[in-house]
Amino acid sequence: MNGTQQVALRRAPPPGGFARIMESRNILGLIFLLPAAAFLLVFLTYPLGLGIWLGFTDTSIGRPGFFIGLENYEDLWNDPVFWLSVFNTVLYTVVASVVKFALGLWLALILNEKLPFKAFFRAVILLPWVVPTVLSAIAFWWIYDAQFSIISYSLMKLGLITRPINFLGDPTLARASVIAANIWRGIPFVAITLLAGLQTISPSLYEAATLDGATGWQRFRHVTLPMLTPIIAVVMTFSVLFTFTDFQLIYVLTRGGPVNSTHLMATLSFQRAIPGGHLGEGAAIAVAMIPFLLAAILFSYFGMQRRRWQQGGRD
Amino acid sequence: MSMNRRDLIRTTAGLAVGAASARLIGPSAARAADSFNIEPEKGASLRVTRWSPFVSGDEKQWLANTAQFTKDTGIEVRIDKESWEDIRPKAAVAANVGSGPDIMWVWFDDPQQYPDKLLDVTDLANYLGNKYGGWYDGPKAYATNNGKFVGLPLATIGNAMVYRKSIVEKAGFSEFPKDTDSFLKLCQALKSKGLTPAGFTLGHGVGDGNNYVHWLLWSHDGKVVDEKGNVTLDSPETIEAIKYSNALYKTFIPGTESWLDVNNNRAFLAGQVSVIANGVSAYYAAKNDPKLEDIAKDIGTTNLPVGKSGKDVELHQVTSTVIFKYTKYPKAAMRYLQYMFEKPQMDKWIEASSAYCCQTLKAYAENPIWKADPVFAPYARASATLRTNGYAGPLGPASAGVMADYVLVDMFAEAATGQRTPEQAAKRAAERAKRYYRS
Repeated sequence: MNGTQQVALRRAPPPGGFARIMESRNILGLIFLLPAAAFLLVFLTYPLGLGIWLGFTDTSIGRPGFFIGLENYEDLWNDPVFWLSVFNTVLYTVVASVVKFALGLWLALILNEKLPFKAFFRAVILLPWVVPTVLSAIAFWWIYDAQFSIISYSLMKLGLITRPINFLGDPTLARASVIAANIWRGIPFVAITLLAGLQTISPSLYEAATLDGATGWQRFRHVTLPMLTPIIAVVMTFSVLFTFTDFQLIYVLTRGGPVNSTHLMATLSFQRAIPGGHLGEGAAIAVAMIPFLLAAILFSYFGMQRRRWQQGGRD
Repeated sequence: MSMNRRDLIRTTAGLAVGAASARLIGPSAARAADSFNIEPEKGASLRVTRWSPFVSGDEKQWLANTAQFTKDTGIEVRIDKESWEDIRPKAAVAANVGSGPDIMWVWFDDPQQYPDKLLDVTDLANYLGNKYGGWYDGPKAYATNNGKFVGLPLATIGNAMVYRKSIVEKAGFSEFPKDTDSFLKLCQALKSKGLTPAGFTLGHGVGDGNNYVHWLLWSHDGKVVDEKGNVTLDSPETIEAIKYSNALYKTFIPGTESWLDVNNNRAFLAGQVSVIANGVSAYYAAKNDPKLEDIAKDIGTTNLPVGKSGKDVELHQVTSTVIFKYTKYPKAAMRYLQYMFEKPQMDKWIEASSAYCCQTLKAYAENPIWKADPVFAPYARASATLRTNGYAGPLGPASAGVMADYVLVDMFAEAATGQRTPEQAAKRAAERAKRYYRS
């Protein structure tokens, strides 16, 4: 045996501690996960945990609180303003989400057709979504102003009404007005995302359906809708979450007035916690939103399950 | 706080004896009481957070005074602005976290929410009080806790009736009504004669809404709580106030239940309403706009009418300056506040604020601004007519909570819009107030 062969046959020395770590997939995986985990822990888990904890205390601004168990929740249970805000929030979310979905889907279907200036229209439709909420809210504030509303002004000029419409003063009208503003702002998100979904549907499916003699409605009902279901689930989950937690629009337009008829849980939580100084109670209201949000997420989860059915499996 | 006391004793020998005995001791001792020398820390610099100005003169003069302070003492001062409604949360965060600006301008009950996080400035406040005719009771109450000053009352942002003289005259009133009954008659006359109506905020307007409803309640001798903090809102006086408000509301321009703080100014300057309650800013806006010259000339102001209580009492907006305990430079911060409150600076600042900021020290009532324009006169009395939030109970989290939750605004709005009878509205508001006052 010559020297070269000897070197080749000699076993490699056992790796040191550091080298061993660097070769272990498990340990290395953990190390790479650490920054993300720390990030989630610090910015997501900790604030959420703190919020839940605060809900069980009587903490107010400037002084630490004591654990008081469910007292905040018992108080809220007996608080008509809180229940009004729950009602408002559910109404606001349901009506706005349904309308946003219907109009958004309709817009997406139109934009999916062969239209002249398609790119231009798509850009224009995104505008309400791109404008900062506070700015669009201020624009709506003017549109709904008790004295200077452009809608009232136009209708009065046309002789259809004699005095300005009390958009934000009448409880029912105020609710309708803030919902309309939210719909205007939310449609682009639904429309553009559904449009992306529509474009992933293979044209061959439509061709096959046409050959089988399907009508336009049947093509929509049996091809478009099933293929779009997963993306609808995701879009609507996000849409519901955004609507449910809306704050800026209400805060600019009404501050929850008149007589709390547009107070959402998010605005009431802020009002009680920060200007009112009762952090514990504000946190409890925010925590009370969690079951609703969880329900929305579950809705999405089960919606996503339909993917299996779509791929030939069962629901 | 020993350093303050030591400094104080060293430099102000006659202070403890008080102003009355100063006369007996003689002019030299009185002069000693006129000084409060505190030596700022070496290399100190300060950060001040204030609310964004409503009239530009206020900010310009405050900055000019600050620049002069820096020139005289070498202490750099940085001034940041926050929208006035962001002050409360930011001050609370600074107090809780123990980091942020050294000095902050805060609103209403803020100093009562975290008094133990604020520097005790009693010695400085007493020095200023003795030198400048004493503090007005109302602003002082907001800045003191357990007999100690935890801030210096800076200014009262006065609220007053702002009206169109020509329109009030057309309604048959040669001068603006001084009592609540004739005021109702004026509003009714405006309505029945088809003149430009009145308009008062019944929406969730932090300033205007609360100012208006507290006047309604107090002018009829109603109060949220008694001296011990027991809720006494559901009372015949409150119900009478609500009935009065209902009658007034019928004469208003439609939609005031949706008004926030800006709406009344806007409607007034557009000639849509002829009587509002507001700070001097409405006049200021008209005066500085050549297009609104006619309105500006036609503006009259007066204090809100006196009701059956017979007292001239109002809520107004109060702002205090506080020094956070965490500051690295407490002496420099006190030196700065002392400088800003001394006559040469404070007089100029009050004047530059164009009657927006009413003095909290009585001696400054002589400021020439109050006589510069008849429109300014009612605002000069803001600190004197001020009654604290949550009267007649103590200031603190409960009073702050009730105001922030718009309990009184909602009570009057519910009844005015017919959602509840006056009795039901009073009962419900009392229940809401009890949630805050029970502990």
